[in-house]
Amino acid sequence: MNIETIMFPVIGLGGLGLVFGAGLALASQKFKVDTDPRVATIRELLPGANCGGCGVPGCDSFAKAVAEGKAPADGCPVADGATNEEIAKVLGVEIAGNVKNVAKVICRGGADECKEKFVYNGIQDCVAANMISGGSKSCHYGCLGLGSCYTACQFDAIKINDNNLAEIIPEKCTACNKCIIVCPKNVIKMVPYKQEVVITCNSNDPGKEVRQKCSIGCIACKICVKACPEDAIEFENNLAFINYDKCTNCYVCVEKCPTKAIEGVFAKSKQQTG
Amino acid sequence: MSASSIFVILVSAIFVNNFVLSRFLGICPFLGVSRKVETSFGMGMAVTFVMTMASIITFLAQRFILESLGIEYMQTIVFILVIASLVQLVEMVIQKTSPTLYQSLGVYLPLITTNCAVLGLTILNIQNQYNLIETIFHAIGAAIGFTLAIVLFAAIRERLELADLPLEFKGFPIALITAGLMSLAFMGFIGLV
Repeated sequence: MNIETIMFPVIGLGGLGLVFGAGLALASQKFKVDTDPRVATIRELLPGANCGGCGVPGCDSFAKAVAEGKAPADGCPVADGATNEEIAKVLGVEIAGNVKNVAKVICRGGADECKEKFVYNGIQDCVAANMISGGSKSCHYGCLGLGSCYTACQFDAIKINDNNLAEIIPEKCTACNKCIIVCPKNVIKMVPYKQEVVITCNSNDPGKEVRQKCSIGCIACKICVKACPEDAIEFENNLAFINYDKCTNCYVCVEKCPTKAIEGVFAKSKQQTG
Repeated sequence: MSASSIFVILVSAIFVNNFVLSRFLGICPFLGVSRKVETSFGMGMAVTFVMTMASIITFLAQRFILESLGIEYMQTIVFILVIASLVQLVEMVIQKTSPTLYQSLGVYLPLITTNCAVLGLTILNIQNQYNLIETIFHAIGAAIGFTLAIVLFAAIRERLELADLPLEFKGFPIALITAGLMSLAFMGFIGLV
């Protein structure tokens, strides 16, 4: 074998590589642009998924946007709390709010409480059931309990309980919104994780109709609105809802509600203190 | 070499042998950067610049290095080396001289490094035995063809965003179908040159 067959490609390609390498090295010196050193630091802290979930294309752009103050320090949906805090430390800011939300099924009218319109024997899926005159439940707004959200949840955070209702385990919920999107009844809402008192009724029917259909629904009596010491309960479309910014979890409304349509989870407060 | 042969090369590269829709090169940016007309046009401009520069330099590399050393079989590696270095250089120069343009091109500029349309173009230039001027016009034609295809596609996709589609077709499925139909339409140019 001729030595030239090896030598020529090696010299040719090696030479080209050297020339280009040297050229680029020179160019990088000459065209050096001073960048914000924080960008590189933030970029390294980020998970690097390049998912675009933050609304900016790629982690590099997001790091830049954060350093320029165009994006919030906790804007990365993949990063966990610790990472967000470290990013905030780089910037020298506090993460504003940092409220963790969880999804919550705001209906407790299960098989025992809510009457059925007919017997549904179709596909065991809420979206399919909802197409047949809004499902078998007499209440048009309630949870059908056929588990579309259960299938959609990637984190095993939803179970269908014995009362034929979907139930979300707050500890496992990552607030990814998948169940909220899939639910045909729009009966899953975002609630702050620390919130103990939640109105668990979604019905916009007038009180009389609610009373006929479901034993645990909001009958639009406005007792809670009057009872609330913080004026945190508002009222619209025959349904009370809590302004979570004002609510102090005092449980007055939970006690006053005649149909027990307001849920108070004492366990949560215990978890936080203890 | 006459003006008419240059015209033929241009028309051929833009319509008949459109790089995206009939040679199926550069599909990645075609699908990835075609959400908005604005960004797709920016991508088209970046590709135009890199294609023209890369064609000239690879032509010289082929003539003076590969052929004189008799190592034409190293073509692919050398061309990739040239394109990658060129894109790096272009990126640095643009970042220094025009931060605004750098911002608007964003991540698409380094993406051109791995754009097979550029490599395909440089290799086709050699295969078709073009001279330097023909090479330049072929590159410009190919780049205009790419820009045309991606801007048209982006415009269609912008409208598809608003169209009432079945859930299963939303997003990429309908985009792929659209790309196929556009390709079929461009097949109509066959026989023009």
